[in-house]
Amino acid sequence: MSKTTLIIKREFFAKVRNKSFIVMTFLSPLLFVGIAVFVGYLSTMKAEKKTIAVHDESGFFFNEFKNTDEYHYLDASKIDLSVLKDSIIKESYEGLLAIPKNDGSEKWQSKIEYISNDSPSVTFIEDIEDIINQKLTAQNYIQNHLDTLAITKSKSDVSIHLQKATGEEALKGLNEIKIAIGGAFGYLIMMFIVIYGNMVMRSVIEEKVSRIIEVIISSVKPFQLMMGKIIGTSLAGILQFLIWAFLGITAMFILSSVFGVQMGSTSGVQSQQAIEVAKDTMNSNMQMYIKELWNLPIATIIISFIIYFIGGYFLYSSFYAAIGAAVDNETDSQQFLLPIIMPLILGVYIGFFTVINNPHGTIATVFSMIPLTSPIVMLMRIPFGVPAWQIIVSMILLFATFFLVVWFASKIYRVGILMYGKKPTWKEMIKWMKY
Amino acid sequence: MNNILEVNQVVKQYGDYTALNHVSLSVPKGSIYGLLGPNGAGKTSLIRIINQITMPDSGEVILDGEKLNPTHIQMIGYMPEERGLYKTMKVGEQCLYLAQLKGLSKQEAKNQLKYWFEKLEIEGWWNKKIQELSKGMAQKVQFIVTVLHKPKLLILDEPFSGFDPVNANLIKDEIMELNKQGTSIIFSTHRMESVEEMCDYIALIHKSNKLIEGKLTDVKKQYRTNTYEVGVLSSNVEGLMYDLTQKFTLSQTDFKSLNDELKLDINLGDATPNELLNVLTQRGQVTHFVEKIPSVNDIFIKTVSEK
Repeated sequence: MSKTTLIIKREFFAKVRNKSFIVMTFLSPLLFVGIAVFVGYLSTMKAEKKTIAVHDESGFFFNEFKNTDEYHYLDASKIDLSVLKDSIIKESYEGLLAIPKNDGSEKWQSKIEYISNDSPSVTFIEDIEDIINQKLTAQNYIQNHLDTLAITKSKSDVSIHLQKATGEEALKGLNEIKIAIGGAFGYLIMMFIVIYGNMVMRSVIEEKVSRIIEVIISSVKPFQLMMGKIIGTSLAGILQFLIWAFLGITAMFILSSVFGVQMGSTSGVQSQQAIEVAKDTMNSNMQMYIKELWNLPIATIIISFIIYFIGGYFLYSSFYAAIGAAVDNETDSQQFLLPIIMPLILGVYIGFFTVINNPHGTIATVFSMIPLTSPIVMLMRIPFGVPAWQIIVSMILLFATFFLVVWFASKIYRVGILMYGKKPTWKEMIKWMKY
Repeated sequence: MNNILEVNQVVKQYGDYTALNHVSLSVPKGSIYGLLGPNGAGKTSLIRIINQITMPDSGEVILDGEKLNPTHIQMIGYMPEERGLYKTMKVGEQCLYLAQLKGLSKQEAKNQLKYWFEKLEIEGWWNKKIQELSKGMAQKVQFIVTVLHKPKLLILDEPFSGFDPVNANLIKDEIMELNKQGTSIIFSTHRMESVEEMCDYIALIHKSNKLIEGKLTDVKKQYRTNTYEVGVLSSNVEGLMYDLTQKFTLSQTDFKSLNDELKLDINLGDATPNELLNVLTQRGQVTHFVEKIPSVNDIFIKTVSEK
């Protein structure tokens, strides 16, 4: 067995047998699901019902306000306005909607007031305005002898039909799905780089602190050790990822079978017809979405994910390894880590803010070429369809940079692992490259 | 080829700092070779070059008749001064790993480990983690790891630091036995007692330069001053002193004895010991007569402070 293989094996098992790895692997999906369930539960909790007193002098509008889960409208037209205002201050009601009698004057509309101690939400105010406007409009139609039926008939409701140049059907909201898929992969790469890059760094520091490093590099080349460490750690990461994927798929199967049964049992209770109709429309939409999803360049996404994962992870791990070699303990590493994490964060931001608006714009394209951000940005772009040459150029750049960085990193690493007791500066680390 | 190791005109620079300045050494096969020098003299730099951890800027190293190459890694056993083991790894597993890195097959490594674990009576440690062992215990494991692959050349950098006297002796005996079986040994140290006791060759490195090299006895001969430590019982001390000062340089000294004699260090200059004895026996009873052989420590301090 070659020495590098031996090192890879040791690093892999050292990571995998570690208690924290086992705990992380099986606990973090649980945590993730737990948090999702908790947030879901919170959002289903009903908000406290708010009572809105409506002082409608004419009594013309009140019937239009329908009670909802959130708001209860109380007809307070008979009560004196000043009394009502007092009770608002005492917080007997959430708010008071005061609609004075329509005297026909132009200023009348601006006299409609909403009084509350809290500032109301925009949607709530817009809803109230809509209700009043609709009622008034309808009244105006009648007053102006317009045929309301004709007006309703003549209203149009355009929903633009999306289609690709190839003639395939396209769906609204697909961009969101695409960015979600690309974003998920891009984000995953960033997480893996940070978590496993840190592991590489810690493992290098551990060898320095335990002073075993010189024993080992009298048997193997520092470069072999560094690469073995990076590869072994990445394999542990890939194993963790596979376990998560497996758990996820298993969970999906369990969930879908459980929910499938539930759907069948409830259908008997409700009107069969309504269910059928709903199912039909939902199915056709869902089928479209599923079809669209299948039409995404899935093979390209997965293959690129693997390639960008390896390239990006190796590139950043070399940085992490060099930093680990240069410092004596983890606290000292902070100042060197910031410049490494910045491009990763930049990549994610560009992905979520620029790519979604303009996936093939200059900024998105440039950052999907720059090796430090390309694994994240390019993966977010790929679901939108990226010309093959761009992907290839970006990959070549990534791997070329990786080889360059690994070469420099190994020089810093070689010198750094044998240096003790002083905190190096950037300047010194550059000097080490010349040794 | 009578030398296991030859270092020819090796230069190593770190930036502006010269760690080794045209250093040459020859380590004879089967010898115990003491590499001496104060801290920062360049010993570790030299050892790292021999171990191919770093490359010399110029000069060459010849191991067992061949220019240094990667296959030599298996021939060398190196115990660095800064040494340690993976703290959370089990002893047995760790030894197997390090032995395999040296090029042993798993089976060979297991056999060797069994032999050494029995020899040092640590069979029960196989499944313990290093962090569960005491420092001295861990050092034993470290020693096994160093010699496991039966190296032809053993390089030990400050080997006895971290050992209690009992274990230090145990390890010393093991080293001597390995030497008897033909292993050449390089000792790097600034602890002179162990050098005096074990080494048959020494080299002194100071400020990146080699100052002295050779057989320990030859070096001592070179540094002998022809001074004798003398004890003499005499009734006529003044007469004796007068006679002695005519021919030799004297100084008072002290050593342990049962008599209340006159104790002197006498430098003979060009004279022979017999001439001195003649003078002494004429005037009194000689109770003590020993040549003052310079200790390695004396030589070390003398050379280092001269330069």
